[in-house]
Amino acid sequence: MKIQILGTGCAKCQKLAKQAEDAAQELNLDYELVKITDIKEITSFGVMMTPALAIDGQVKVSGKVPSIDELKRILAA
Amino acid sequence: MDNQTCAPPASENASRKTLMGIRIGLFLTAWFMLYHQLVSLSRFITYDLIALRPGSHLGSAVEFFLYDTPKVLMLLVLVVFGVGMLRSFITPELTRKILAGRRESTGNVLAALLGVVTPFCSCSAVPLFIGFVTAGIPLGVTFSFLISAPMVNEIALVLLFGMLGWKVAALYFVTGILIATVAGWTIGRLKLENHVEDWVREMRVSQAAMPDTALSWEERIGFGIDAVRDIVGKVWLYVIIGILVGAVIHGFVPENFMAGIMGKSAWWSVPVSVLIGIPMYTNAAGMIPVVEALLGKGAALGTVLAFMMSVIALSFPEMVILRKVLKPKLIATFIAVVGTGILIVGYLFNLVI
Repeated sequence: MKIQILGTGCAKCQKLAKQAEDAAQELNLDYELVKITDIKEITSFGVMMTPALAIDGQVKVSGKVPSIDELKRILAA
Repeated sequence: MDNQTCAPPASENASRKTLMGIRIGLFLTAWFMLYHQLVSLSRFITYDLIALRPGSHLGSAVEFFLYDTPKVLMLLVLVVFGVGMLRSFITPELTRKILAGRRESTGNVLAALLGVVTPFCSCSAVPLFIGFVTAGIPLGVTFSFLISAPMVNEIALVLLFGMLGWKVAALYFVTGILIATVAGWTIGRLKLENHVEDWVREMRVSQAAMPDTALSWEERIGFGIDAVRDIVGKVWLYVIIGILVGAVIHGFVPENFMAGIMGKSAWWSVPVSVLIGIPMYTNAAGMIPVVEALLGKGAALGTVLAFMMSVIALSFPEMVILRKVLKPKLIATFIAVVGTGILIVGYLFNLVI
């Protein structure tokens, strides 16, 4: 699966990227983490608040950094 | 999101809820008891424990600091928690849904009001702008939102209320909403739609991107606690620095010293305050303790409010961010229209009060 982190590089975006990575590793997922920092590309996802997380193009989280447990639920769904 | 399969049994859930209610109740009681003791506590520490002479410069500076720091931080915690919970009900997506399809004048007022409660940070200004504009919300209405969101926020209101009383806070709220409404409406009249960067207008954005999630009360309270951790954790230092500067002004600057520079008689002080405020960038938290001290030394309320609004609403970093979606002429218009609004408010207050 492709985990996409949308954000222009603020501290929260980096935290989200790291937490998502940890969550995916704990679940032993076969994943690829992509950081999307271009503002045009970010908005094309339709999010209005960064940071956001999308899985294979589907936005799952926007405007907050969920806990690792919550991220695990999102990634496992 | 799917319902969790591992939800706890109902009885356990109910007792957890009661426990949470009791905790919040205890917290609030302790909060109010402590809050009402702050005056006597700060006096006791300043004049009895440290034994400074009442009426001395150092004494009044220390008393100011010891009273205002806990007071402001306590107010901040309470209100940020409340607003954090409130915001769990309001997402930018909901705001967009409310604003889409509104006629312009009502739209401007609504946008200005929603700007106060919708979660917003300047780092998300661009995606939000695009989200609004591509949903067909008029440019002027979008600007009403973008002006009010940073300017009229809970931190500014709490601090004004705590340090200068409810009248000034109410005045700030009403004029802030008014400026955002009228400035947005004016920008709408100027027909500047083609000064939005081309790629934004050509953009096709999928809209129902976010799944609606119903949150439990526990999660909403969690939102409140997160907001406190996040916001108070970020601004407490500014608050303390601001109060320190305020305390020094309070204790050492002579009475009426500011009257000549920022008083009513100096007509030029309002535009100069606005101009100085534009490149300055700090948040309301650091600003208001200084404002309070300036007022105490004879500065006029209109001048001081104009300065504060300019610092918060017209910030250089936000302009740089917005430059990605707006052409220079639209940015210049934005600064000019909002600046003029602030100027008028400044003069008006100096005249009336």
